[in-house]
Amino acid sequence: MEFRVEDAIHWFTVVNDKIQENKENLTTLDQVIGDSDHGINMARGFQEVVNKLSTQEYEEVADVLNHVAMTLISKVGGASGPLFGTAFLKFSQAVKGINPVDYDSFTKGLEEALQGVKQRGKAKLGEKTMIDVWSPVVDVFQSEKGFEDNLFIEVAREAMENTKHIMATKGRAAYFKEKSIGHIDPGSASTYMIFEALAEVIKGRK
Amino acid sequence: MKKIINDPNIVVQDMLKGMVAANPATIKQLPDTTVIVRSDAPTINKVGLVSGGGSGHEPAHAGYVGKGMLDAAVAGEVFTSPTPDQVLEAIKAVDGGSGVFLVIKNYTGDVLNFEMAAELAEAEGIKVEHVIVNDDVAVEDSSFTTGRRGIAGTIFVHKIAGAKAEQGATLDEVKSVAEKVVANVRSMGMALTPCTVPAAGKPSFNLKENEMEIGIGIHGESGIERKEISTADEIASELVTKILDDGVHVRGDDVAIMINGLGATPEMELNIVNSKVNEILNEKGIHVYKTFIGEYMTALEMAGCSVTLLKLDDELKTLLNLSSEAPAFRV
Repeated sequence: MEFRVEDAIHWFTVVNDKIQENKENLTTLDQVIGDSDHGINMARGFQEVVNKLSTQEYEEVADVLNHVAMTLISKVGGASGPLFGTAFLKFSQAVKGINPVDYDSFTKGLEEALQGVKQRGKAKLGEKTMIDVWSPVVDVFQSEKGFEDNLFIEVAREAMENTKHIMATKGRAAYFKEKSIGHIDPGSASTYMIFEALAEVIKGRK
Repeated sequence: MKKIINDPNIVVQDMLKGMVAANPATIKQLPDTTVIVRSDAPTINKVGLVSGGGSGHEPAHAGYVGKGMLDAAVAGEVFTSPTPDQVLEAIKAVDGGSGVFLVIKNYTGDVLNFEMAAELAEAEGIKVEHVIVNDDVAVEDSSFTTGRRGIAGTIFVHKIAGAKAEQGATLDEVKSVAEKVVANVRSMGMALTPCTVPAAGKPSFNLKENEMEIGIGIHGESGIERKEISTADEIASELVTKILDDGVHVRGDDVAIMINGLGATPEMELNIVNSKVNEILNEKGIHVYKTFIGEYMTALEMAGCSVTLLKLDDELKTLLNLSSEAPAFRV
């Protein structure tokens, strides 16, 4: 399969459903090792994303991703807005002019998104941030041959669960030092939802 | 949750309306934004000063907008950094041709959003510089982590950099004096009770009836230690000792001090703390040049306080004493 405009719109519609459904859960995670606003901010941002996507016509996937990015940057706030915004902005730039998006280009987009997050957040793997989910998912995409394999979701889930065991050294959770161990990173939890939604959209296409 | 609000989702807009209504001669709100600017912005040929951050820290930051201090303050949602587009609007509104200086508190969100805004402004041809305030000694200062948080010491950066800009200093000169303040200011706070973000509806953490947290951040971030509440003298001593341990303020220095209430602490208690802080500084041979007591950087309705020490040289003394028309810091 190839990834089309309607798949991209479907993807973010499902992401929004998941974020709205888990708004309280995300905020609860953030209450433990952050500042209690993650669910609220993500819910506000992705609701705006869906509102915006429903009012426009799109020529290519890159345009959808660009609108997602700009909306997240201006509506989410906190650290999540610029980080998720940068991710989808880089993704958009990587697949610009390619429509529909083939598997290799999609993988390239995910890689660029990950690089963008690392650069913007000045963070790397193993610091209890969303990178801990993005990075292994990118690895899976690189090792598979096509969307049909769809194995990344298990890896993403495991990676999210594993953030429990990491001591935070970046972001607000870093203030909790060793007390941050034992809790899932909220940004990794919402990143997981983004990939969970992607897996569902791909599965629906089969 | 018991709060005097209309709707948890519009507290920031409602608050800004009230602030502008109270100070129509000094400040105005940029239409369709959460940006408060000086009513006469931009000031031609003056460096524009922009600060901001999450709401819930009132009078920070909009209370510090006025001649002699900030040119603009950007309000985010409660305890949430404002977004780059809002910061960009502020930068554009106060650019008088001499560049714009951003005062950023060291939180991941604030730094990311202000940096993105600075990049966008530079793409539009506006020169932007910034300083990152990190005065909270409760957090370990390490290049491997996010580093120290910015708390009440930020007010001194607003005041002194604001006065410098008002004198017609260049962008580099404003940056250099702001960095001097950051290098010489240290703070630490403590809390007796948590606070509730309106949209969350419940307290962000819990403290037992007889418990306090030393070293807590202005959003309720974890501090150094939770323990049984002690006397004001012991609390003051613990905060000041930790600040002095950082080695910036030593015998023979002149300092400005700020005893800051976090939102629900009576001035009586702040004065009791101040009394002990003065006694300790006297013993150490540190001279108190000027004292500020009150609510300058709050955390909604948190009960508690922070202590800030700023080491002063002649330049900082002069700038600290220059006039300010900001509603929350009149000199």
